[in-house]
Amino acid sequence: MVVRKEMIAMLLAGGQGSRLGVLTENMAKPAVSFGGKYRIIDFPLSNCINSGVDTVGVLTQYMPLRLNTHVGIGIPWDLDKNWGGVSILSPYEKIQNTEWYTGTANAIYQNLAYMESYNPDYVLILSGDHIYKMDYEAMLDFHKENNADVTIAVMPVPMEEASRFGIMIADEDHRITDFEEKPAQPRSNLASMGIYIFTWKTLRDALIANADQPGLDFGKHVIPYCRNNGSPLYAYEFHGYWKDVGTLTSYWEANMELIDIVPEFNLYEEYWKIYTQSTSNVPQYFGPHSYVERTIIGEGTEIYGTVCNSVIGCNVVIGEGAVVRNSILMNGTVVGRGAHLERVITAEDVQIGDGAVLGTGDERPNETRPDIYRDGLVTLGEGSVVPPGVSVGKNVMIFGRTVADDYPYGWLESGRTLVKEGEAK
Amino acid sequence: MRAIGIILAGGSSRRMRELSQRRAVCAMPVAGSYRSIDFALSSMEHSRIQKVAVLMQYNSRSLNEHLASSKWWDFGRKQGGLFLFTPSFADAHSQWYRGTADALAQNISFLKTSHEPYVVIASGDCVYKMDYNEVLEYHVQKRADITVVVKHMPETFNVERYGTVQMDGDGRVLELEEKPVVARSSTISCGIYVIRRRLLIELLERCAEEGRYDFVQDVLVRYRGLKKIYGYRMDDYWSNIATVEDYYRTNMDFLDPEIRDYFFKQYPEVHSKVADLPPAKYNVGVNIRNSLLSSGCIVNGTVENSVLFHQVYVGNNCVIRNSLILNDVYIGDNTIIENCIVESGDTIQENSCYKGENGIKIVIERGERYAI
Repeated sequence: MVVRKEMIAMLLAGGQGSRLGVLTENMAKPAVSFGGKYRIIDFPLSNCINSGVDTVGVLTQYMPLRLNTHVGIGIPWDLDKNWGGVSILSPYEKIQNTEWYTGTANAIYQNLAYMESYNPDYVLILSGDHIYKMDYEAMLDFHKENNADVTIAVMPVPMEEASRFGIMIADEDHRITDFEEKPAQPRSNLASMGIYIFTWKTLRDALIANADQPGLDFGKHVIPYCRNNGSPLYAYEFHGYWKDVGTLTSYWEANMELIDIVPEFNLYEEYWKIYTQSTSNVPQYFGPHSYVERTIIGEGTEIYGTVCNSVIGCNVVIGEGAVVRNSILMNGTVVGRGAHLERVITAEDVQIGDGAVLGTGDERPNETRPDIYRDGLVTLGEGSVVPPGVSVGKNVMIFGRTVADDYPYGWLESGRTLVKEGEAK
Repeated sequence: MRAIGIILAGGSSRRMRELSQRRAVCAMPVAGSYRSIDFALSSMEHSRIQKVAVLMQYNSRSLNEHLASSKWWDFGRKQGGLFLFTPSFADAHSQWYRGTADALAQNISFLKTSHEPYVVIASGDCVYKMDYNEVLEYHVQKRADITVVVKHMPETFNVERYGTVQMDGDGRVLELEEKPVVARSSTISCGIYVIRRRLLIELLERCAEEGRYDFVQDVLVRYRGLKKIYGYRMDDYWSNIATVEDYYRTNMDFLDPEIRDYFFKQYPEVHSKVADLPPAKYNVGVNIRNSLLSSGCIVNGTVENSVLFHQVYVGNNCVIRNSLILNDVYIGDNTIIENCIVESGDTIQENSCYKGENGIKIVIERGERYAI
């Protein structure tokens, strides 16, 4: 007997997210920490269970270890189900045509059998790189009301920014008449959020019909195919908080928005909880000389120094006399005594020596990736070590267990990239 | 596995004053993020005891809620698991648990249907970490009938609420006294016992026939000459939270770096039900000194030498000193709280002042909650 699932979700989590630089060196973007104790994938996964979607296929490809351990069998999101629940779907070998996931829709195509086993009426396509709270059930109601074949979630954006997005043009009944990818002269300000509900048959037929298309993609191939076939496409307008954390700067900004007194994106609401794999239950300790202001802090962290305008993860230690400002410190970071950090992002388990100063000096573009390491941010990769007493400039990237000799005259100037090959985890 | 576990969690305590009105002592919040039973449960888990029964009676709703899922302690297994026993009434002769031995005797089928040779009995109102396998090794090596975990307390320690033990050089228990008025020993029983399962069944059945109901009085004290009882000395941190003063002191102990390190940093870790709360948030005007705070807190004021449990809201210009603020408390602006234990779920109006003058004041306020 096959128990029908009305709607199942397919969560695309295979991308690297290369614009997050060294943060995605060891893990896919959806596994990157966010907001102190969470990882980016927690948001769509929590939205799923809060919306009553209890069957989620997570498609992984790039560096999946951290993602796999985090998702596990789905216990934190109540997705450990007897029938349904969460399944990790990685590319697999076949008798013929074994290939990686070559595009968003190709990844879904390669998992037709998974979807078929649940015999759904609708399939929800999600991506694992946005921060938002959304009731997919309301979107499904909209889809049903309109007898749509495809519903695309859209967000009104300022007209001047519209040319950065995929733009949907819809009539007054929300029916999509046309769409444009990053148009120079946008005709609408409705940006696609990369969230689709497909009627199962429509999706299945479109995927099979376009199976041979190289790099099969939803935006480029599947949605145009559905439109050309006359399928009704609808735009579902979303007015809440939605943030693409695709670049280091937007990642940093989205984190910083959480520390506002009443943040636009509120984690403290009772009725739409965000769940995550808790690494620890341990309370936070504040030492006798600590000072903290406009900061959120995860479990098990010990603060002996000063922290302002920052997002601090779990099991972080900030030593006595240290000053941390405008920074994001992920789980397990240790900041030595008397260290000064300004606009620093540390990935997990970074150690910063006593008295080190990070984010000081003049503004100079990064020598290797000025497009990524910018806006004065100092970014440290997972497991990096900064020796005591050194000074580090702005727009710097450090990765690996560096020692004093890597810092001529104790100084790494702005714009440098310092990678210790083979020594990082 | 060589042993099954039984956690005695039935008790109430008048000495917990108003705090026991709401919950069993074993469900008391401890150290910001835990409940007292978590320590015994986590010790069972890390001793790889897979089958554990929790015997509860008084105010069991609070414990039931905490233990609703056993997955946090990894007990959700096909082999073994967590068993919750409350008194059940089958006929007119059914009784409440009249004592610890009676509680065990009323659930004797749990003992009879197990196949593990030993039983570890622990009380659920103590804060400690222990590998029960070490007690079991000792028990086997001494060829003991019953092994009692004991702790040497300083001479100044008031033992009159505890069972005291006198041992010979080999560790054999010569004398056991329950709550002595004049203590002859400063070695106390920690309420943790190891006994062979068959012997326990035999002793319990005899107690039941004779109408005796208390494990300590009617088994340990009564059989101390006949059976070989040994004391296993524990040297690590151990604290019992049967009184308000003990409860307050035990929580404050966690401000000590060594005790924090022992429980929070050293293996094994203590597990508890996961609360799924957001990170704690600190706004402007915050001043925190030597304090523990838990997830879900939002702080706008001053906190010194205190422990704040989950989801405490501290308003602007508040001053909280030497106090325990239990879960889900809202504290309005300009409020002063000193030497207090503020009960879970309280709403403290703004501009209030609560001070414990001679000892610890327990604050219970059920005001209207402002929308935060």
